[in-house]
Amino acid sequence: MHPALSIIAFTTVSGLGYGLAISLGGGFLDPSALSTKIAHVTALVLIGAGLMSSTLHLGNPQRAWRAFSQWRSSWLSREGVMAVLTFVPLAASAGFSLWESRYVPAIGMLGAFLSMVTVYCTAMIYASLKSVPAWHTPLTPLCYLFFSLSGGFGLATLFAVLGDGRVVMPASLAIAFLALAWSAKLFWRNRMNTLRPTSTPETATGLGFIGKVRLFERPHINDNYLTSEMGFRVARKHAAKLAAMSFVLGGGLPILLLAVVLGSTAQPVLMFAAFLAVLSHVTGMLVERWLFFAEARHAVMNYYST
Amino acid sequence: MTSLPVAEPVKKLGLVIDLDVCVGCHACVISCKEWNTGGYGAALSDQDPYGADVSGTFLNRVHTFEVIPEGGELVGEAGEARIVHFPKSCLHCDDAPCVTVCPTGASYKRTEDGIVLVDEDMCIGCGLCAWACPYGAREMDLAAGVMKKCTLCVDRIYNETIQEIDRVPSCVRTCPANARHYGDLADPRSDVSLMVAARGGIDLMPEQGTRPVNKYLPPRPRKPLGSTAEQLLLAENTDGATGFFAWLDGVLERI
Repeated sequence: MHPALSIIAFTTVSGLGYGLAISLGGGFLDPSALSTKIAHVTALVLIGAGLMSSTLHLGNPQRAWRAFSQWRSSWLSREGVMAVLTFVPLAASAGFSLWESRYVPAIGMLGAFLSMVTVYCTAMIYASLKSVPAWHTPLTPLCYLFFSLSGGFGLATLFAVLGDGRVVMPASLAIAFLALAWSAKLFWRNRMNTLRPTSTPETATGLGFIGKVRLFERPHINDNYLTSEMGFRVARKHAAKLAAMSFVLGGGLPILLLAVVLGSTAQPVLMFAAFLAVLSHVTGMLVERWLFFAEARHAVMNYYST
Repeated sequence: MTSLPVAEPVKKLGLVIDLDVCVGCHACVISCKEWNTGGYGAALSDQDPYGADVSGTFLNRVHTFEVIPEGGELVGEAGEARIVHFPKSCLHCDDAPCVTVCPTGASYKRTEDGIVLVDEDMCIGCGLCAWACPYGAREMDLAAGVMKKCTLCVDRIYNETIQEIDRVPSCVRTCPANARHYGDLADPRSDVSLMVAARGGIDLMPEQGTRPVNKYLPPRPRKPLGSTAEQLLLAENTDGATGFFAWLDGVLERI
């Protein structure tokens, strides 16, 4: 699948924003600290920016409002509806922190819960597609949720360092979620690499009863929408390297840096390690998300023998 | 509404494509593009039409496949490797995955005849339906920013302002080899249903669970090259000749 920059940016940034919103909703940060107030605004900005960038790949973004109507059948519509619904408790939580310096558990928890549901909906857009076997697994939403949580708690650790310094909870949770996320991802990758494709050129053409089917002539000499949208291929050797990079940058390095945060007391070290953990994780996530699209093979490619 | 019709459509209009007959001339591709660029919805645009990197929106494309049986790498030896021309357009699936993923309600399947359509005024051009379709039947028009797909020429088949003979999809009307047939596949006595029953018509990618309406008639078994050898031998042999040919045979024999 074609790795569209707008979708990669959207899923990464909004995932991070929702993760941060979940950690704030759990009340892990001091609501009166200036850093926590900034964290609330950051979460809303990340989520908002993510949603905005997701409209960039639309052919007719001016009609995007129509996407709220088909929540009965469409995960994309459900995601849109949930994103708007979630904004209400998140904005309320931010308001309580900004103006009254207090944490309201009921609203916070509701915001955290709805954030998770929204991330789940985002992941289900991909997981529900039978035409892309690599995505069509419950492991996809599991990965998305854990990645969101690990990024969010990593970012919360940074804000805790900048605030009252109570980093034990967010940092330990971030480490736990990172371990869970990358374990789930490992299962996801193994599944993808050993997958027997649902469809083959033989079933796609119904000519399997004669023998092995291979493309003799494309319908057109040049690329078309299908081949450029669904026919993206990444060299296997590069994919392996990039995957290793994503595991190190997105998982290994942040875990080490967060361990430093847990072990250290020197403020400059804390700040530097927490900041670097977030930066490394986001970079790793961008690579992971790029691969998520680039490595996924669409069933239509059975008609193009690629 | 992007939920699929609850009840099975009464009529299931669709195509039956005969892979035994298709000669791969691409006339249906051109005829489809010509009709539909001026018909239902936005025109089918081309990008860089006179340049080196030309591309465009098509609702029907013809692929050509090479099918090689076990051990049939060389034609005429172990197996019967063959070329099959393969026209591909929307199959108007009963369980159309492209319909249910649509977030806006632009994609829908008609209850009355089962045709899958896009209401282009509601389409936001997100492209998710094209991802959901395993057949690659939907293509985004890059100029209009809306999703295009085969309409089964809905603006022809019910069109009383054109002659009755023309009230079939453009591709069917055009096909010079008569490889494309149009009709109601829900009616077991329709021509298309009889054809499917007689020839063992198949679904493409049945494992995707889409229940396509369109059917493909598989190529008939090819006569093996060896079976013609007997006829060749006959030409060398005049034993069975009678009448004028027997006389001519005798005369020539004596010269």
